[in-house]
Amino acid sequence: MIKNIDFRICFSVMAILTVLVGLFQSWGIALSMLNLCLISAVMAMGVNIQWGFAGLINFGVMGFLAIGGLATVLVSVPPVHEAWSAGGIGILIAGLFLAAVIISIFIINKKLSKNKYKNYFVFLIVILSIPLLKFIAGPSISKIESINAATSGFLGGANLPIIFSWFVGAILSAIVAFVVGKVCLGLRSDYLAISTLLVSGIIITIVKHEEWLSRGVKNVIGLKRPVPYEVNLQKSEWFINLVQFFNSSKLSKDLDPEAKISLLNQLVISSSGVFVKLCFSLIFLVVVFVILYFSEKALNSPWGRMMRAIRDNEEAARAMGKNVVKQHLFIFMLGSAIIGFAGAMLVTYDGLFTPSSYQPLRYTFLIWVMVLLGGTGNNYGAVLGGFVVWFIWIQSAPFAMVVINLFTGHLDETSYIKVHLQNSVPYFRYLMMGLGLILVMRYRPKGLLPEKIIKN
Amino acid sequence: MDFLNSIILLTNFIIVPGITYGSQLALGAIGVTLIYGVLRFANFAYGDLMAFGTMVVILVTWYLQSKGISFGLLPTALLALPVGILLTIAVSLFFDKTVFEYYRNKKSNPVTFIVVSLGIMFVLNAVVRIIIGPNDINFMDGHKFIMKAREFKQLTGLNEGLAIKSTQVITLVTTIITCSILFYFLNKTKTGKSMRAYSNNEDLALLSGIDPKKIVLITWIIVSILATVAGTLYGLDKSFKPFTYFNNLLPIFAATIVGGIGNPLGAFYGGFLIAFSEIGLTYAYKKFFKYIMPESLEPSTLIQFISTDYKFAISFAILIIVLIFRPNGIFKGKVI
Repeated sequence: MIKNIDFRICFSVMAILTVLVGLFQSWGIALSMLNLCLISAVMAMGVNIQWGFAGLINFGVMGFLAIGGLATVLVSVPPVHEAWSAGGIGILIAGLFLAAVIISIFIINKKLSKNKYKNYFVFLIVILSIPLLKFIAGPSISKIESINAATSGFLGGANLPIIFSWFVGAILSAIVAFVVGKVCLGLRSDYLAISTLLVSGIIITIVKHEEWLSRGVKNVIGLKRPVPYEVNLQKSEWFINLVQFFNSSKLSKDLDPEAKISLLNQLVISSSGVFVKLCFSLIFLVVVFVILYFSEKALNSPWGRMMRAIRDNEEAARAMGKNVVKQHLFIFMLGSAIIGFAGAMLVTYDGLFTPSSYQPLRYTFLIWVMVLLGGTGNNYGAVLGGFVVWFIWIQSAPFAMVVINLFTGHLDETSYIKVHLQNSVPYFRYLMMGLGLILVMRYRPKGLLPEKIIKN
Repeated sequence: MDFLNSIILLTNFIIVPGITYGSQLALGAIGVTLIYGVLRFANFAYGDLMAFGTMVVILVTWYLQSKGISFGLLPTALLALPVGILLTIAVSLFFDKTVFEYYRNKKSNPVTFIVVSLGIMFVLNAVVRIIIGPNDINFMDGHKFIMKAREFKQLTGLNEGLAIKSTQVITLVTTIITCSILFYFLNKTKTGKSMRAYSNNEDLALLSGIDPKKIVLITWIIVSILATVAGTLYGLDKSFKPFTYFNNLLPIFAATIVGGIGNPLGAFYGGFLIAFSEIGLTYAYKKFFKYIMPESLEPSTLIQFISTDYKFAISFAILIIVLIFRPNGIFKGKVI
C-alpha cells in the first residue's frame, strides 16, 4: 500500500479524468460535474473544519445547506410589495417576539445559571411562545400566502445581486449554528451526531412548510445569476465572434453559406451553455482557493494547533487553560458558515430552490463520505474527497449500465431481470458509496490524503 | 352523551393511532437500544435493516400470493415473516463478520462505528432500491377493518365513529407477544442475564466466563427479529417505501434516547411517548371542546398546538429537551 500520496498527483489525476469526460461524453457534462465537484469541495472543507480540526461530529450538514439556499431566496428575489403591505407588519412583530424570546432565554441562562429551576423556566417559555407566535403571526401568514398563491404567495426577498446571498447564507448559518451549538455541543460524540441530525430535520421542516418565507414545497424558480444568461449570449456580437474564432477550422470547410449559418447557430447555442458553466467554474474556483488558503493558514497557526490539541486530548487542553467550550462553539459556527456558503452556491448554480429535495443521504452523509474518504484533518484531502466522491456519484450510473450489459448480454432485451436492473441503475451509486466508505475505513482509515503532522 | 362522544373522538384520533405507531416505534427503539447496550454504538443502518427485512417479507408475500396461499382473515405477510427474519439475521451476521468484528476487536471509538454503520446504511439502501425499487408498495391483504366508523355509529347510536383497522390490532398483539418474550428472555433466562451482565460491565462479564462472541451473536439475532417485525408492522399499517423507513430512523433514535439509551424498557416507553406527543400535539381539539364545553364557551380556533406539518419535528424537539434536562434519558440508561 502506498503510504504517502502527493496531493498534486491526486489532483492531476482528477483533472485528467475531467478532461476525459469532456472528450468522451461532452464538455457540458464535464463542466457541470466540475462545478458540483467544486461546490462539494467547499462543503467538505466546512465539515473538515468541524470534524478534522476539532473532532466535532456534525450530521446536520443538510440543515445548514438549506439555510444557505434560503438565503439566496431572501437576498435575490424581488420583494412582493402586496404581500408586504398585507402581512409584513404582522411578520415583523412576530419576528421581534421571537427575538425577544431567544434573548430572554439567554438572559435567564446567564442570570440564573446557578438556579436549579433554570431549565424549567426555559422550557416553560419555549412551550408558551409557540402558540403565542402562531397567534401573532397566523393571520398575516394566511394573508401573505393567499396573495397570488400560484405565482408568489410569499414575502420575496431584497432584490440584491445573488452573490451577496452567499455571504448572507454564511452569516445566517453561523447564527443558527450558534443556537444549535449552545444546545447540543455539550453532548458526547454519538449523542451529538444524532441530535445534529435531528436538528437539521427540524430546519428542513421549517423551510419546507413556512410558505410565507420560502414558498415551501411550491419551490422558487428562476433565481438570478452572477453570470450572463445563454439567451443574451446568443445575441451578443462578441460571443458569436468568439465562437467563430474557436471553430474557424470547422467553419472554413467549403460549405454553402446557408449550411454555414445554421452550423454557426448550432455552435453558438451549444457553446453558450458551456460558456455559462465555465463562468461558474471560474467563480467557484476562486472561492475554493480562497477558503483553502485560509483553512491552511488557520490549520498551521497557533489557533489550529490549539484546536488539534483540544481534539486529541480535551482534558489536557482544558488543564492548559484553553476554553474548550468557547472554541468548540466558535469552530462549529465557522464550519457551519462555510457549509451555508456552499449551500447558497449550490442553489445559485441550480437556479432554483426546492426545499423538498434536501435529504440526509445526499446532503449530509455524502458530504461526510467526501471528508472521510479524502482525508480527515487535511484540507487538500477534503477538496480531493469532494472531487472523487462527486465523480464516482455521477459516473457510477453509466458505469453500472456497462457492467449490467456485460453480465446480462446473453439475456433477451425484454428479459425481466435485465429491464429491472437497467431501471435501477441510479441506485448503484449508493452501493459504490457504501462499499467505498467501508473499504476506506478498513484499509486507509485516515483517508486518501492523511493529516500531516508537522513536527518542529 | 356528549361526554361519551368526546371520549370516542379522542380514542379514534389519538389513542388508537398512538398505540399503533407507538408499538412500531417501541419495537424499533428496543432494537437500537440493544445494539447500543451490547455492541456500544448507535447503528445508523437500522432503518435500512428494517427496510431490508420488510422487503424480503414482501417478496415472499408476493410469491405466496402467486401460489394462491393466503392466511385467511390475516395478512399473508405474517406467514412470510419467518423467512424475512431469517434473511435479515443472515445479513446482520454477514455485516458483523465482515465489518463490525474488526473494529470490535480493535476497540475502536464509537465514532468509527457510526461511520462504518453509515457505509452499511448506503449499501443496504442500494440493495433494497435495486431489488424492489424506490416506490410505494402496499402489501396488506386479508380483512381490512375490524370496526368501521359507520358500523360503530349504528351500533351505539353515538355521533362519533370509532374505526379500528385489523393492522392496528395485529400491531398491538404482535408487540405484546414480542416484548413479553424479549423481557422474559432478558430478565429470567441465563443467556439474557449474561447479556445484561455484558452490557453492564464488559470486563467483569468476561471474568465470569461469559462468551462475548455468543452475546454478540444473540444480540444480532434479537435485533434482526425486532427490525423485521417492526418494519413489517409499519409497512402493513401504512405502506412500504424505502425512503420512509430511512426517515423513521429519526423518531426511533429519539425514542431510544428519550428512554435512556441502552435501556430496553425505557425504549419501549420512549416509543409510546414520542408517538403520543406527535399525534397529541398536532391534533386539532376544536371538536373535542365543542362536546365538553357549554355552548357559550365554544372555541373559535382549531386549538392545535402546532400544525401537522411539524409532526416529525416534535419528536426531535422532545429529544432535544430531554437531552438538556436529563442527558441520560428519562429512565437512567446504559443497563439492559
